[in-house]
Amino acid sequence: MHGLINRAIQSFVCNTYGQSRWIRVTEAAHLGFVEFEAMLVYDDETSQRVLHELCAELGRPRGEILEDLGTYLVSNPNTEALRRLLRFGGVSYVEFLHSLDDLADRALLAVSDLHLPELELHEHKPAEFTLTCHPGLPGYANVMIGVLRAMADDYGALVMLHHNGSQEQTETISIKLIETAFAEGRRFELGARAV
Amino acid sequence: MIDDSDIAALLGRLCPMFVLLDNTGHIKNVGPTLQKLRPDQDMPGQRFLDLFELLRPRTVTTMPALLASAGAKLHLRFRDQPQTALKGLIVPLPGRQGAAVNLSFGISILDAVRDYALTSADFSGTDLAIELLYLVEAKSAAMEASRTLNLRLQGAMIAAEEQAFTDTLTGLKNRRAMDHILERLLKAGTPFALMHLDLDFFKSVNDTLGHAAGDHVLQQVARIMVEETRGDDTVARIGGDEFVLIFKLLQDRERLDSIARRLITRLEEPMPFSGDLCRISASIGTVLSSQVTWPDPGTFLQSADLALYAAKRAGRACHCFYSQDLDQNADQNRVPSRANAEPEA
Repeated sequence: MHGLINRAIQSFVCNTYGQSRWIRVTEAAHLGFVEFEAMLVYDDETSQRVLHELCAELGRPRGEILEDLGTYLVSNPNTEALRRLLRFGGVSYVEFLHSLDDLADRALLAVSDLHLPELELHEHKPAEFTLTCHPGLPGYANVMIGVLRAMADDYGALVMLHHNGSQEQTETISIKLIETAFAEGRRFELGARAV
Repeated sequence: MIDDSDIAALLGRLCPMFVLLDNTGHIKNVGPTLQKLRPDQDMPGQRFLDLFELLRPRTVTTMPALLASAGAKLHLRFRDQPQTALKGLIVPLPGRQGAAVNLSFGISILDAVRDYALTSADFSGTDLAIELLYLVEAKSAAMEASRTLNLRLQGAMIAAEEQAFTDTLTGLKNRRAMDHILERLLKAGTPFALMHLDLDFFKSVNDTLGHAAGDHVLQQVARIMVEETRGDDTVARIGGDEFVLIFKLLQDRERLDSIARRLITRLEEPMPFSGDLCRISASIGTVLSSQVTWPDPGTFLQSADLALYAAKRAGRACHCFYSQDLDQNADQNRVPSRANAEPEA
């Protein structure tokens, strides 16, 4: 799994639960190191071991942890760069949802060996969507639910999200947009730079 | 018939940085994004070339000249601050009714979005500006991550080099390796001889012919020393132009002297380097393990040093063995008045 993804997990655990718990996880997973390098690629099995030990350490189900990871990635100031890149997707939450179709390609454009699963948005009625997450990264849909929820806050929209389970490793999320301008949302300036 | 305001409305949506000029070169209409760059001054009514300075083609100062550059890429900038650079294209309107100009930011987009707080609504839907901004940010973030990795790898490389036993330039053993070998030999009580060799005139090669020539000379010196020694002897570069040779199980002064002289002779052969000849020589001091009663590496190397300086004092290209007299001389030399001491080589 790409170092950026592993690094995201590391950053989430360190900032939410503290470095000592992260070190315990790396030891339990027999990593032999404490820091993932963002620009190296690691065995999928290594990442799975880390996630497994993380669930044990925190005593929480994997789905929940991954959802929190998704929320963290968008809302924490440490990962402001990622939030900004997602905000480039559109000026409204609906535009953002549609831009998810291009997310895998956009990721590749930025980092040529970062392969994210394809996402597909279907609009059933106005304000009712399903997002299909294609296989490749187990738990990606859980992370996406966290991302979608935090991005709704970011745009000031009010949404209801539901994980519909998976079929042959393809997972779907249903998205119901209750209100597009529910709250103020966070500012997004094109010219500002993430640090 | 479409009138001016219809054209302006149409252009405003397709290219929000358009300018419509009348046939005297005065601005009739501008797109909303362009007007946003100067919110305090109404652009319509101003002379286009008063508002913008044309950088390329530079000679254009009149409306006819501007019209004549139709089809060519215009480089221009605002005359007042901030002097944002713009690119443009001018197309004359039919029937001498003036011209339409389309402007864009080009590479100045990065500063422009910040200076003017532009949003994606300020760009037309087909404009690649937003994608460009996305790419710049994404690539900068990725580059930053790569840079962090590079710095860490560089640190690891330096650490590894510090632990290495090889001199990277010559492929000889380095100072650390020599220290290890010397300590091992002394501890085991194995008889051996140690030569301290210092190049003469090396500095002038470096100064007159450059560091590349200097590096080349050091590599040739290394090759010669390896050729003139046996497989289990040690050849180490311990400083810029300082070398140590350790001969295991060798105590024969005559043999050692002949090795030293042969080394000096071969090192004195001019070494060709890109059309120049590099000339150097060497001074050598030798100490035998049997000569030193207190076998610790520090005093041992000091003894070799004394022999080397004796060789230097004897004139260059000499070989000297260590003797206890040298210790006494060295002690005398430490007396503040050095009236009898010869100048250092």
